[in-house]
Amino acid sequence: MIPFTYARAENAADAVRLGAADGVKYLGGGTNLVDLLRESIERPTTLVDVTGLSSAIEERDAGLLIGAAARNTAVAEHRLVRTRYPVLSRAISSGASAQIRNMATVGGNLLQRTRCPYFYDADGFRCNKRNPGEGCDAVDGSNRTHAILGASSACVAVHPSDLGVALAALDADVHLHGTTGNRTVPLTELHRLPGDRPDVETVLEPGELITAIELPAPPPATRSAYRKVRDRASYAFALVSVAAVLGVEDGRVTAARIALGGVAPKPWRARTAEAALLGGPATEQAFRAAAEAELADAKPLRDNGFKVELAARTITAVLGRLAREQA
Amino acid sequence: MADSADAIRINGTAVEPPGDPRVSLLDLLRERLELHGAKKGCDQGACGACTVLADGERIVSCLALAVQYTGREVVTIEGLTGEDGPHPLQRAFVEHDGFQCGYCTPGQICSAVGMAAELERGVPSYVTDDLAAERIAPGRDEVRERMSGNLCRCGAHNGIVAAITETYGTEAR
Ligand SMILES: Cc1cc2nc3c(=O)[nH]c(=O)nc-3n(C[C@H](O)[C@H](O)[C@H](O)COP(=O)(O)OP(=O)(O)OC[C@H]3O[C@@H](n4cnc5c(N)ncnc54)[C@H](O)[C@@H]3O)c2cc1C
Ligand code: SF4
Ligand code: FES
Ligand code: FES
Repeated sequence: MIPFTYARAENAADAVRLGAADGVKYLGGGTNLVDLLRESIERPTTLVDVTGLSSAIEERDAGLLIGAAARNTAVAEHRLVRTRYPVLSRAISSGASAQIRNMATVGGNLLQRTRCPYFYDADGFRCNKRNPGEGCDAVDGSNRTHAILGASSACVAVHPSDLGVALAALDADVHLHGTTGNRTVPLTELHRLPGDRPDVETVLEPGELITAIELPAPPPATRSAYRKVRDRASYAFALVSVAAVLGVEDGRVTAARIALGGVAPKPWRARTAEAALLGGPATEQAFRAAAEAELADAKPLRDNGFKVELAARTITAVLGRLAREQA
Repeated sequence: MADSADAIRINGTAVEPPGDPRVSLLDLLRERLELHGAKKGCDQGACGACTVLADGERIVSCLALAVQYTGREVVTIEGLTGEDGPHPLQRAFVEHDGFQCGYCTPGQICSAVGMAAELERGVPSYVTDDLAAERIAPGRDEVRERMSGNLCRCGAHNGIVAAITETYGTEAR
Protein backbone atom coordinates (compact mmCIF):
# COMPACT_ATOMS: atom_id res chain seq x y z
CA MET A 1 0.00 0.00 0.00
CA ILE A 2 1.48 3.35 -0.95
CA PRO A 3 1.39 6.10 1.71
CA PHE A 4 -1.52 8.53 1.74
CA THR A 5 -2.81 11.31 3.91
CA TYR A 6 -6.20 11.25 5.58
CA ALA A 7 -8.68 14.08 6.01
CA ARG A 8 -12.19 14.12 7.36
CA ALA A 9 -14.77 16.21 5.51
CA GLU A 10 -17.29 18.09 7.67
CA ASN A 11 -19.85 18.62 4.92
CA ALA A 12 -20.33 18.18 1.18
CA ALA A 13 -18.81 21.55 0.25
CA ASP A 14 -15.76 20.75 2.36
CA ALA A 15 -15.44 17.29 0.77
CA VAL A 16 -15.63 18.64 -2.76
CA ARG A 17 -13.07 21.35 -1.97
CA LEU A 18 -10.68 18.71 -0.64
CA GLY A 19 -11.64 16.29 -3.39
CA ALA A 20 -10.81 18.65 -6.24
CA ALA A 21 -7.06 17.95 -6.00
CA ASP A 22 -5.34 15.18 -7.98
CA GLY A 23 -4.91 11.79 -6.37
CA VAL A 24 -7.86 12.10 -3.98
CA LYS A 25 -10.35 9.31 -3.29
CA TYR A 26 -13.39 9.59 -1.08
CA LEU A 27 -13.54 7.08 1.75
CA GLY A 28 -16.82 5.56 2.89
CA GLY A 29 -16.76 2.51 5.13
CA GLY A 30 -13.58 1.40 3.40
CA THR A 31 -14.80 -2.15 2.86
CA ASN A 32 -13.91 -2.11 -0.83
CA LEU A 33 -11.38 0.68 -1.01
CA VAL A 34 -9.09 -0.64 1.76
CA ASP A 35 -8.84 -3.96 -0.04
CA LEU A 36 -7.95 -2.21 -3.31
CA LEU A 37 -5.39 0.00 -1.56
CA ARG A 38 -3.68 -3.09 -0.16
CA GLU A 39 -3.48 -4.60 -3.63
CA SER A 40 -2.21 -1.26 -5.00
CA ILE A 41 -5.03 -1.36 -7.54
CA GLU A 42 -6.16 2.01 -6.20
CA ARG A 43 -3.26 4.38 -5.52
CA PRO A 44 -4.64 7.63 -4.08
CA THR A 45 -2.35 10.04 -2.26
CA THR A 46 -5.17 11.45 -0.12
CA LEU A 47 -8.29 9.89 1.33
CA VAL A 48 -11.15 12.22 2.20
CA ASP A 49 -13.44 10.54 4.71
CA VAL A 50 -17.06 11.27 3.78
CA THR A 51 -18.74 9.17 6.46
CA GLY A 52 -19.45 12.35 8.47
CA LEU A 53 -21.71 13.68 5.70
CA SER A 54 -25.47 13.32 5.77
CA SER A 55 -26.66 9.86 6.67
CA ALA A 56 -30.23 10.98 7.32
CA ILE A 57 -33.14 8.95 5.96
CA GLU A 58 -36.18 11.18 5.66
CA GLU A 59 -39.50 11.46 3.87
CA ARG A 60 -39.36 13.76 0.86
CA ASP A 61 -42.62 14.45 -1.01
CA ALA A 62 -44.16 11.00 -1.06
CA GLY A 63 -40.75 9.35 -1.37
CA LEU A 64 -37.56 8.97 0.63
CA LEU A 65 -34.24 10.83 0.70
CA ILE A 66 -31.29 8.75 1.88
CA GLY A 67 -27.98 10.46 2.72
CA ALA A 68 -25.03 8.85 0.91
CA ALA A 69 -23.26 8.20 4.21
CA ALA A 70 -26.15 6.11 5.55
CA ARG A 71 -24.86 2.67 6.44
CA ASN A 72 -26.37 -0.25 4.54
CA THR A 73 -27.83 -1.69 7.75
CA ALA A 74 -29.47 1.61 8.65
CA VAL A 75 -31.28 1.65 5.30
CA ALA A 76 -32.32 -2.01 5.48
CA GLU A 77 -33.76 -1.63 8.98
CA HIS A 78 -35.54 1.69 8.45
CA ARG A 79 -39.25 1.32 9.09
CA LEU A 80 -40.30 3.08 5.86
CA VAL A 81 -37.86 1.05 3.80
CA ARG A 82 -39.11 -2.22 5.30
CA THR A 83 -42.77 -1.34 4.76
CA ARG A 84 -42.76 0.67 1.51
CA TYR A 85 -39.66 -0.57 -0.29
CA PRO A 86 -39.23 -4.18 0.84
CA VAL A 87 -37.22 -4.91 -2.33
CA LEU A 88 -34.54 -2.51 -1.07
CA SER A 89 -34.40 -3.89 2.46
CA ARG A 90 -34.19 -7.44 1.11
CA ALA A 91 -31.54 -6.59 -1.49
CA ILE A 92 -29.31 -4.97 1.11
CA SER A 93 -29.62 -7.82 3.56
CA SER A 94 -28.71 -10.29 0.80
CA GLY A 95 -25.35 -8.57 0.36
CA ALA A 96 -22.02 -9.23 2.07
CA SER A 97 -22.16 -9.98 5.83
CA ALA A 98 -23.78 -8.17 8.74
CA GLN A 99 -20.39 -6.76 9.75
CA ILE A 100 -19.75 -5.34 6.29
CA ARG A 101 -23.27 -3.95 6.01
CA ASN A 102 -22.71 -2.11 9.30
CA MET A 103 -19.64 -0.42 7.81
CA ALA A 104 -20.65 0.04 4.17
CA THR A 105 -22.24 3.30 3.07
CA VAL A 106 -24.83 3.74 0.33
CA GLY A 107 -22.45 5.87 -1.77
CA GLY A 108 -19.63 3.35 -1.40
CA ASN A 109 -21.85 0.42 -2.26
CA LEU A 110 -22.85 1.98 -5.57
CA LEU A 111 -19.24 2.81 -6.44
CA GLN A 112 -17.67 -0.46 -5.31
CA ARG A 113 -15.60 -2.02 -8.04
CA THR A 114 -16.05 -5.31 -9.83
CA ARG A 115 -15.12 -8.64 -8.26
CA CYS A 116 -13.67 -9.96 -11.54
CA PRO A 117 -10.79 -12.14 -10.29
CA TYR A 118 -8.49 -10.92 -13.06
CA PHE A 119 -9.08 -7.34 -12.00
CA TYR A 120 -7.94 -8.25 -8.48
CA ASP A 121 -4.89 -10.22 -9.59
CA ALA A 122 -2.67 -7.31 -10.48
CA ASP A 123 0.49 -9.40 -10.90
CA GLY A 124 -0.50 -12.17 -13.21
CA PHE A 125 -3.20 -11.03 -15.60
CA ARG A 126 -4.15 -8.44 -18.15
CA CYS A 127 -7.10 -6.18 -17.35
CA ASN A 128 -8.35 -3.17 -19.28
CA LYS A 129 -9.90 -1.69 -16.16
CA ARG A 130 -6.58 -1.64 -14.34
CA ASN A 131 -4.36 -0.89 -17.30
CA PRO A 132 -6.40 0.57 -20.16
CA GLY A 133 -5.46 -0.95 -23.49
CA GLU A 134 -3.50 -3.96 -22.25
CA GLY A 135 -6.27 -6.48 -22.95
CA CYS A 136 -8.70 -8.56 -20.94
CA ASP A 137 -7.86 -12.06 -19.79
CA ALA A 138 -11.44 -12.79 -18.75
CA VAL A 139 -12.91 -12.63 -22.27
CA ASP A 140 -11.33 -15.95 -23.19
CA GLY A 141 -10.56 -17.05 -19.67
CA SER A 142 -12.47 -18.40 -16.75
CA ASN A 143 -15.64 -16.33 -16.97
CA ARG A 144 -18.38 -18.21 -15.19
CA THR A 145 -19.30 -15.18 -13.06
CA HIS A 146 -19.11 -12.61 -15.85
CA ALA A 147 -21.65 -10.64 -17.89
CA ILE A 148 -24.18 -11.83 -20.44
CA LEU A 149 -25.67 -8.39 -21.13
CA GLY A 150 -24.13 -4.99 -21.88
CA ALA A 151 -20.49 -6.13 -21.96
CA SER A 152 -17.90 -5.43 -24.68
CA SER A 153 -14.87 -7.20 -26.08
CA ALA A 154 -12.78 -4.92 -23.83
CA CYS A 155 -14.44 -5.95 -20.57
CA VAL A 156 -17.01 -8.53 -19.50
CA ALA A 157 -17.07 -7.79 -15.76
CA VAL A 158 -20.29 -7.49 -13.76
CA HIS A 159 -21.18 -4.84 -11.21
CA PRO A 160 -21.39 -6.56 -7.83
CA SER A 161 -23.92 -4.40 -5.97
CA ASP A 162 -27.22 -5.79 -4.72
CA LEU A 163 -28.43 -2.48 -3.32
CA GLY A 164 -28.01 -0.82 -6.73
CA VAL A 165 -30.22 -3.41 -8.40
CA ALA A 166 -33.10 -2.61 -6.05
CA LEU A 167 -32.54 1.13 -6.56
CA ALA A 168 -32.66 0.65 -10.34
CA ALA A 169 -36.04 -1.07 -10.05
CA LEU A 170 -37.29 1.70 -7.75
CA ASP A 171 -36.50 4.49 -10.24
CA ALA A 172 -34.09 6.10 -7.79
CA ASP A 173 -32.22 9.33 -8.52
CA VAL A 174 -28.66 10.01 -7.41
CA HIS A 175 -27.85 13.46 -6.03
CA LEU A 176 -24.37 14.67 -6.92
CA HIS A 177 -22.30 17.59 -5.71
CA GLY A 178 -19.26 18.79 -7.61
CA THR A 179 -17.11 21.86 -8.08
CA THR A 180 -19.61 23.24 -10.57
CA GLY A 181 -22.64 22.67 -8.33
CA ASN A 182 -25.37 20.10 -7.84
CA ARG A 183 -27.03 17.78 -10.30
CA THR A 184 -29.20 14.70 -10.27
CA VAL A 185 -28.84 11.62 -12.46
CA PRO A 186 -31.14 8.60 -12.60
CA LEU A 187 -29.49 5.63 -10.92
CA THR A 188 -29.79 3.69 -14.17
CA GLU A 189 -27.52 6.29 -15.79
CA LEU A 190 -24.91 6.51 -13.02
CA HIS A 191 -22.84 3.62 -14.38
CA ARG A 192 -21.53 3.49 -17.94
CA LEU A 193 -21.33 0.42 -20.10
CA PRO A 194 -17.69 -0.52 -20.77
CA GLY A 195 -17.48 -0.01 -24.54
CA ASP A 196 -13.80 0.54 -25.29
CA ARG A 197 -13.18 2.39 -21.99
CA PRO A 198 -13.97 -0.05 -19.17
CA ASP A 199 -11.78 1.99 -16.83
CA VAL A 200 -14.38 4.80 -16.91
CA GLU A 201 -17.15 3.23 -14.88
CA THR A 202 -19.54 6.05 -14.06
CA VAL A 203 -20.68 9.44 -15.33
CA LEU A 204 -19.14 11.17 -12.29
CA GLU A 205 -16.79 14.06 -12.99
CA PRO A 206 -13.43 14.01 -11.21
CA GLY A 207 -14.03 14.91 -7.57
CA GLU A 208 -17.80 14.67 -7.87
CA LEU A 209 -19.47 13.37 -4.73
CA ILE A 210 -22.64 11.35 -4.23
CA THR A 211 -24.61 13.17 -1.54
CA ALA A 212 -27.93 11.31 -1.49
CA ILE A 213 -30.29 8.86 -3.15
CA GLU A 214 -33.88 9.88 -3.74
CA LEU A 215 -36.65 7.32 -4.07
CA PRO A 216 -40.00 8.32 -5.55
CA ALA A 217 -43.13 6.88 -3.97
CA PRO A 218 -43.63 3.29 -5.09
CA PRO A 219 -46.26 3.05 -7.85
CA PRO A 220 -49.70 2.58 -6.21
CA ALA A 221 -50.99 -0.94 -5.61
CA THR A 222 -47.73 -2.72 -6.29
CA ARG A 223 -45.63 -5.25 -4.42
CA SER A 224 -41.91 -5.67 -4.62
CA ALA A 225 -39.35 -8.40 -4.03
CA TYR A 226 -35.68 -9.28 -4.42
CA ARG A 227 -34.30 -12.72 -5.09
CA LYS A 228 -30.61 -13.56 -5.26
CA VAL A 229 -29.22 -16.79 -6.67
CA ARG A 230 -25.67 -17.66 -5.65
CA ASP A 231 -23.29 -20.57 -5.23
CA ARG A 232 -24.10 -20.95 -1.55
CA ALA A 233 -27.06 -19.96 0.60
CA SER A 234 -25.48 -16.88 2.16
CA TYR A 235 -22.53 -14.49 1.99
CA ALA A 236 -21.70 -14.70 -1.71
CA PHE A 237 -22.04 -12.40 -4.69
CA ALA A 238 -24.98 -12.92 -7.03
CA LEU A 239 -24.79 -15.22 -10.02
CA VAL A 240 -28.16 -13.73 -10.93
CA SER A 241 -30.43 -11.48 -8.92
CA VAL A 242 -33.83 -10.00 -9.69
CA ALA A 243 -35.47 -6.93 -8.19
CA ALA A 244 -39.09 -6.46 -9.22
CA VAL A 245 -41.99 -4.12 -8.54
CA LEU A 246 -45.25 -5.49 -9.91
CA GLY A 247 -48.86 -4.30 -9.94
CA VAL A 248 -51.68 -6.64 -10.97
CA GLU A 249 -55.36 -5.80 -11.27
CA ASP A 250 -58.07 -8.11 -12.61
CA GLY A 251 -55.39 -10.46 -13.88
CA ARG A 252 -53.58 -7.74 -15.89
CA VAL A 253 -50.21 -6.14 -15.26
CA THR A 254 -50.68 -2.48 -14.30
CA ALA A 255 -47.09 -1.72 -13.38
CA ALA A 256 -43.80 -3.55 -13.87
CA ARG A 257 -40.28 -2.51 -13.01
CA ILE A 258 -37.58 -5.11 -13.14
CA ALA A 259 -33.81 -4.91 -12.64
CA LEU A 260 -31.18 -7.63 -12.82
CA GLY A 261 -27.93 -8.10 -10.94
CA GLY A 262 -24.98 -10.38 -11.58
CA VAL A 263 -25.46 -10.34 -15.34
CA ALA A 264 -24.24 -6.94 -16.56
CA PRO A 265 -21.62 -4.22 -15.98
CA LYS A 266 -24.26 -2.16 -14.17
CA PRO A 267 -27.56 -2.69 -12.39
CA TRP A 268 -29.56 -3.79 -15.44
CA ARG A 269 -33.01 -2.32 -15.87
CA ALA A 270 -35.04 -4.83 -17.89
CA ARG A 271 -37.11 -2.38 -19.93
CA THR A 272 -37.80 -4.81 -22.76
CA ALA A 273 -39.39 -7.22 -20.32
CA GLU A 274 -41.35 -4.41 -18.69
CA ALA A 275 -42.75 -3.24 -22.03
CA ALA A 276 -43.74 -6.79 -22.91
CA LEU A 277 -45.64 -7.17 -19.63
CA LEU A 278 -47.48 -3.89 -19.28
CA GLY A 279 -51.23 -4.21 -19.88
CA GLY A 280 -50.92 -7.91 -20.63
CA PRO A 281 -52.04 -10.95 -18.66
CA ALA A 282 -50.31 -11.72 -15.38
CA THR A 283 -49.64 -15.33 -16.22
CA GLU A 284 -46.62 -17.57 -15.93
CA GLN A 285 -46.40 -17.82 -19.74
CA ALA A 286 -46.41 -14.04 -20.10
CA PHE A 287 -43.71 -13.69 -17.42
CA ARG A 288 -41.54 -16.29 -19.11
CA ALA A 289 -42.04 -14.65 -22.52
CA ALA A 290 -41.10 -11.24 -21.13
CA ALA A 291 -37.96 -12.68 -19.53
CA GLU A 292 -36.98 -14.33 -22.80
CA ALA A 293 -37.53 -11.08 -24.68
CA GLU A 294 -35.15 -9.32 -22.30
CA LEU A 295 -32.54 -12.02 -22.68
CA ALA A 296 -32.83 -12.32 -26.47
CA ASP A 297 -29.73 -10.13 -26.79
CA ALA A 298 -27.72 -12.04 -24.20
CA LYS A 299 -24.18 -12.91 -25.29
CA PRO A 300 -22.97 -15.72 -23.10
CA LEU A 301 -19.26 -16.42 -22.81
CA ARG A 302 -17.48 -19.77 -22.61
CA ASP A 303 -18.43 -20.55 -19.00
CA ASN A 304 -21.55 -18.53 -18.20
CA GLY A 305 -24.23 -19.75 -20.62
CA PHE A 306 -26.14 -21.09 -17.61
CA LYS A 307 -26.90 -17.51 -16.55
CA VAL A 308 -29.31 -17.02 -19.46
CA GLU A 309 -31.67 -19.79 -18.36
CA LEU A 310 -31.09 -19.00 -14.69
CA ALA A 311 -32.06 -15.35 -15.24
CA ALA A 312 -35.16 -16.36 -17.23
CA ARG A 313 -36.28 -18.74 -14.50
CA THR A 314 -35.58 -16.31 -11.68
CA ILE A 315 -37.47 -13.45 -13.35
CA THR A 316 -40.42 -15.76 -14.02
CA ALA A 317 -40.43 -17.05 -10.45
CA VAL A 318 -40.21 -13.63 -8.80
CA LEU A 319 -42.98 -12.17 -10.96
CA GLY A 320 -45.09 -15.26 -10.37
CA ARG A 321 -44.77 -14.89 -6.63
CA LEU A 322 -45.61 -11.18 -6.71
CA ALA A 323 -48.65 -11.88 -8.90
CA ARG A 324 -49.90 -14.62 -6.57
CA GLU A 325 -49.63 -12.24 -3.62
CA GLN A 326 -52.06 -9.92 -5.42
CA ALA A 327 -54.46 -12.53 -6.72
CA MET B 1 -3.45 10.40 27.52
CA ALA B 2 -5.32 11.47 24.46
CA ASP B 3 -8.37 13.72 24.64
CA SER B 4 -11.60 11.71 24.16
CA ALA B 5 -12.57 13.35 20.85
CA ASP B 6 -9.09 12.70 19.45
CA ALA B 7 -8.77 9.19 20.83
CA ILE B 8 -10.16 5.78 20.04
CA ARG B 9 -11.61 4.28 23.19
CA ILE B 10 -10.66 0.62 23.23
CA ASN B 11 -12.15 -1.52 26.00
CA GLY B 12 -12.59 1.69 27.99
CA THR B 13 -9.08 3.06 27.52
CA ALA B 14 -8.34 6.10 25.38
CA VAL B 15 -5.81 5.20 22.70
CA GLU B 16 -4.11 7.62 20.38
CA PRO B 17 -4.93 6.88 16.73
CA PRO B 18 -1.92 5.76 14.68
CA GLY B 19 0.05 8.46 12.88
CA ASP B 20 0.06 6.40 9.68
CA PRO B 21 -3.50 6.26 8.31
CA ARG B 22 -2.73 2.95 6.56
CA VAL B 23 -2.88 1.06 9.86
CA SER B 24 -6.02 -1.03 10.18
CA LEU B 25 -7.92 -1.26 13.42
CA LEU B 26 -6.96 -4.94 13.50
CA ASP B 27 -3.25 -4.20 13.25
CA LEU B 28 -3.58 -1.48 15.88
CA LEU B 29 -5.20 -3.98 18.24
CA ARG B 30 -2.85 -6.86 17.60
CA GLU B 31 0.49 -5.25 16.91
CA ARG B 32 0.45 -2.03 18.92
CA LEU B 33 -1.87 -2.85 21.82
CA GLU B 34 -1.11 -6.56 22.09
CA LEU B 35 -4.79 -7.42 22.12
CA HIS B 36 -4.52 -10.73 20.30
CA GLY B 37 -8.13 -11.85 20.65
CA ALA B 38 -9.25 -10.57 17.26
CA LYS B 39 -7.59 -12.76 14.62
CA LYS B 40 -6.31 -12.05 11.14
CA GLY B 41 -7.86 -14.84 9.11
CA CYS B 42 -8.05 -13.33 5.65
CA ASP B 43 -7.46 -9.58 5.98
CA GLN B 44 -10.12 -9.13 3.27
CA GLY B 45 -13.43 -8.98 5.11
CA ALA B 46 -14.32 -12.54 4.19
CA CYS B 47 -13.93 -14.64 7.35
CA GLY B 48 -15.11 -12.59 10.34
CA ALA B 49 -12.25 -13.70 12.64
CA CYS B 50 -11.34 -10.04 13.24
CA THR B 51 -14.86 -9.00 14.32
CA VAL B 52 -15.04 -6.37 17.07
CA LEU B 53 -17.76 -3.98 18.25
CA ALA B 54 -17.67 -0.27 17.39
CA ASP B 55 -20.27 1.70 19.35
CA GLY B 56 -21.97 -1.65 19.88
CA GLU B 57 -22.08 -2.59 16.19
CA ARG B 58 -20.13 -5.53 14.84
CA ILE B 59 -17.55 -4.69 12.19
CA VAL B 60 -14.60 -6.43 10.55
CA SER B 61 -11.54 -4.65 11.94
CA CYS B 62 -9.30 -5.78 9.06
CA LEU B 63 -11.08 -3.48 6.58
CA ALA B 64 -11.36 -0.62 9.08
CA LEU B 65 -8.73 2.09 8.93
CA ALA B 66 -8.01 2.85 12.59
CA VAL B 67 -8.01 6.65 12.09
CA GLN B 68 -11.65 6.44 11.02
CA TYR B 69 -12.58 5.17 14.48
CA THR B 70 -11.33 8.24 16.30
CA GLY B 71 -13.98 9.38 18.79
CA ARG B 72 -15.61 5.95 18.84
CA GLU B 73 -15.87 3.19 21.39
CA VAL B 74 -14.35 -0.14 20.38
CA VAL B 75 -14.88 -3.34 22.36
CA THR B 76 -12.91 -6.51 21.65
CA ILE B 77 -13.29 -9.99 23.11
CA GLU B 78 -10.90 -8.92 25.89
CA GLY B 79 -13.35 -6.18 26.84
CA LEU B 80 -16.41 -8.45 26.99
CA THR B 81 -15.32 -10.23 30.13
CA GLY B 82 -16.86 -8.44 33.09
CA GLU B 83 -15.87 -8.16 36.73
CA ASP B 84 -17.85 -11.26 37.54
CA GLY B 85 -16.02 -13.34 34.96
CA PRO B 86 -16.75 -14.43 31.41
CA HIS B 87 -19.65 -13.04 29.37
CA PRO B 88 -22.70 -15.36 29.44
CA LEU B 89 -22.12 -16.13 25.77
CA GLN B 90 -18.53 -17.17 26.51
CA ARG B 91 -19.84 -19.59 29.11
CA ALA B 92 -22.41 -20.91 26.63
CA PHE B 93 -19.70 -21.51 24.02
CA VAL B 94 -17.80 -23.63 26.53
CA GLU B 95 -20.91 -25.53 27.52
CA HIS B 96 -22.02 -26.27 23.95
CA ASP B 97 -18.59 -27.02 22.46
CA GLY B 98 -18.91 -23.93 20.27
CA PHE B 99 -15.29 -24.29 19.14
CA GLN B 100 -12.48 -26.70 18.48
CA CYS B 101 -9.25 -24.86 17.71
CA GLY B 102 -10.72 -21.57 18.96
CA TYR B 103 -9.29 -19.41 16.18
CA CYS B 104 -12.65 -18.09 15.01
CA THR B 105 -14.16 -17.89 18.50
CA PRO B 106 -13.41 -14.28 19.54
CA GLY B 107 -14.90 -13.12 16.24
CA GLN B 108 -17.89 -15.43 16.61
CA ILE B 109 -18.62 -14.13 20.09
CA CYS B 110 -18.24 -10.43 19.27
CA SER B 111 -20.36 -11.00 16.18
CA ALA B 112 -23.11 -12.73 18.15
CA VAL B 113 -23.17 -9.92 20.73
CA GLY B 114 -23.65 -7.45 17.87
CA MET B 115 -26.26 -9.72 16.31
CA ALA B 116 -28.29 -9.75 19.52
CA ALA B 117 -28.44 -5.95 19.50
CA GLU B 118 -29.55 -6.00 15.85
CA LEU B 119 -32.35 -8.44 16.64
CA GLU B 120 -33.40 -6.25 19.52
CA ARG B 121 -33.70 -3.27 17.16
CA GLY B 122 -35.66 -5.29 14.60
CA VAL B 123 -32.97 -5.32 11.88
CA PRO B 124 -34.30 -7.81 9.30
CA SER B 125 -32.18 -10.48 7.63
CA TYR B 126 -32.44 -12.07 4.20
CA VAL B 127 -34.47 -14.94 5.70
CA THR B 128 -36.87 -12.82 7.78
CA ASP B 129 -40.35 -13.66 6.43
CA ASP B 130 -42.18 -10.55 7.53
CA LEU B 131 -40.05 -7.47 6.95
CA ALA B 132 -42.60 -5.30 8.74
CA ALA B 133 -42.38 -7.33 11.98
CA GLU B 134 -41.28 -5.37 15.06
CA ARG B 135 -39.74 -8.36 16.78
CA ILE B 136 -37.80 -11.17 15.20
CA ALA B 137 -37.32 -14.43 17.07
CA PRO B 138 -33.72 -15.68 16.92
CA GLY B 139 -34.60 -19.13 15.61
CA ARG B 140 -32.02 -21.42 14.07
CA ASP B 141 -32.41 -20.20 10.47
CA GLU B 142 -32.17 -16.56 11.53
CA VAL B 143 -29.05 -17.22 13.59
CA ARG B 144 -27.38 -19.18 10.80
CA GLU B 145 -28.06 -16.47 8.24
CA ARG B 146 -27.03 -13.66 10.57
CA MET B 147 -23.81 -15.41 11.56
CA SER B 148 -22.82 -16.30 7.99
CA GLY B 149 -20.12 -13.62 8.05
CA ASN B 150 -18.16 -15.72 10.55
CA LEU B 151 -16.53 -18.82 9.13
CA CYS B 152 -15.35 -21.75 11.22
CA ARG B 153 -12.91 -24.11 9.56
CA CYS B 154 -13.32 -26.64 12.34
CA GLY B 155 -17.02 -26.91 11.57
CA ALA B 156 -18.17 -26.12 15.11
CA HIS B 157 -21.30 -24.47 13.74
CA ASN B 158 -23.83 -26.64 15.54
CA GLY B 159 -22.31 -25.77 18.90
CA ILE B 160 -22.00 -22.12 17.94
CA VAL B 161 -25.67 -21.87 16.94
CA ALA B 162 -26.71 -23.75 20.07
CA ALA B 163 -24.70 -21.44 22.32
CA ILE B 164 -26.17 -18.35 20.68
CA THR B 165 -29.77 -19.52 20.67
CA GLU B 166 -29.51 -20.58 24.30
CA THR B 167 -28.09 -17.22 25.34
CA TYR B 168 -30.39 -14.96 23.33
CA GLY B 169 -33.23 -17.20 22.32
CA THR B 170 -35.68 -16.84 25.20
CA GLU B 171 -38.38 -16.47 22.55
CA ALA B 172 -36.82 -18.95 20.14
CA ARG B 173 -39.18 -21.20 18.27
C1 LIG C 1 -16.31 -10.39 1.66
C2 LIG C 1 -17.20 -9.39 0.98
C3 LIG C 1 -18.41 -9.78 0.44
C4 LIG C 1 -19.25 -8.85 -0.17
N1 LIG C 1 -20.44 -9.25 -0.71
C5 LIG C 1 -21.27 -8.33 -1.28
C6 LIG C 1 -22.52 -8.70 -1.85
O1 LIG C 1 -22.91 -9.87 -1.81
N2 LIG C 1 -23.30 -7.72 -2.38
C7 LIG C 1 -22.90 -6.42 -2.42
O2 LIG C 1 -23.66 -5.56 -2.92
N3 LIG C 1 -21.71 -6.05 -1.95
C8 LIG C 1 -20.90 -6.97 -1.38
N4 LIG C 1 -19.68 -6.59 -0.90
C9 LIG C 1 -19.22 -5.25 -1.16
C10 LIG C 1 -19.61 -4.23 -0.11
O3 LIG C 1 -21.03 -4.11 -0.12
C11 LIG C 1 -18.95 -2.94 -0.51
O4 LIG C 1 -17.58 -3.07 -0.24
C12 LIG C 1 -19.50 -1.75 0.25
O5 LIG C 1 -20.87 -1.56 0.00
C13 LIG C 1 -18.73 -0.49 -0.11
O6 LIG C 1 -19.16 0.57 0.70
P1 LIG C 1 -18.09 1.41 1.53
O7 LIG C 1 -18.81 2.55 2.16
O8 LIG C 1 -17.31 0.55 2.44
O9 LIG C 1 -17.18 1.94 0.34
P2 LIG C 1 -15.64 2.29 0.27
O10 LIG C 1 -14.85 1.05 0.20
O11 LIG C 1 -15.29 3.28 1.31
O12 LIG C 1 -15.61 3.05 -1.14
C14 LIG C 1 -15.91 2.39 -2.36
C15 LIG C 1 -15.75 3.40 -3.49
O13 LIG C 1 -16.75 4.41 -3.42
C16 LIG C 1 -16.17 5.71 -3.39
N5 LIG C 1 -17.06 6.53 -2.57
C17 LIG C 1 -17.51 6.22 -1.31
N6 LIG C 1 -18.44 7.11 -0.92
C18 LIG C 1 -18.57 8.03 -1.93
C19 LIG C 1 -19.38 9.19 -2.12
N7 LIG C 1 -20.25 9.61 -1.21
N8 LIG C 1 -19.27 9.87 -3.29
C20 LIG C 1 -18.37 9.46 -4.23
N9 LIG C 1 -17.58 8.38 -4.10
C21 LIG C 1 -17.69 7.66 -2.97
C22 LIG C 1 -14.78 5.50 -2.87
O14 LIG C 1 -13.90 6.51 -3.32
C23 LIG C 1 -14.43 4.14 -3.46
O15 LIG C 1 -13.99 4.29 -4.77
C24 LIG C 1 -18.85 -7.50 -0.25
C25 LIG C 1 -17.63 -7.09 0.30
C26 LIG C 1 -16.81 -8.01 0.91
C27 LIG C 1 -15.50 -7.56 1.48
S1 SF4 D 1 -13.51 -8.48 -17.48
FE1 SF4 D 1 -13.04 -6.32 -17.14
S2 SF4 D 1 -12.33 -6.30 -15.04
FE2 SF4 D 1 -12.16 -8.45 -15.70
S3 SF4 D 1 -10.09 -8.67 -16.58
FE3 SF4 D 1 -11.42 -8.09 -18.25
S4 SF4 D 1 -11.20 -5.86 -18.33
FE4 SF4 D 1 -10.50 -6.48 -16.31
S1 FES E 1 -9.51 -11.09 8.96
FE1 FES E 1 -11.10 -9.63 8.84
S2 FES E 1 -12.68 -10.76 7.93
FE2 FES E 1 -11.03 -12.15 7.83
S1 FES F 1 -13.08 -23.40 16.12
FE1 FES F 1 -11.47 -23.69 14.71
S2 FES F 1 -12.03 -22.25 13.19
FE2 FES F 1 -13.75 -22.23 14.43
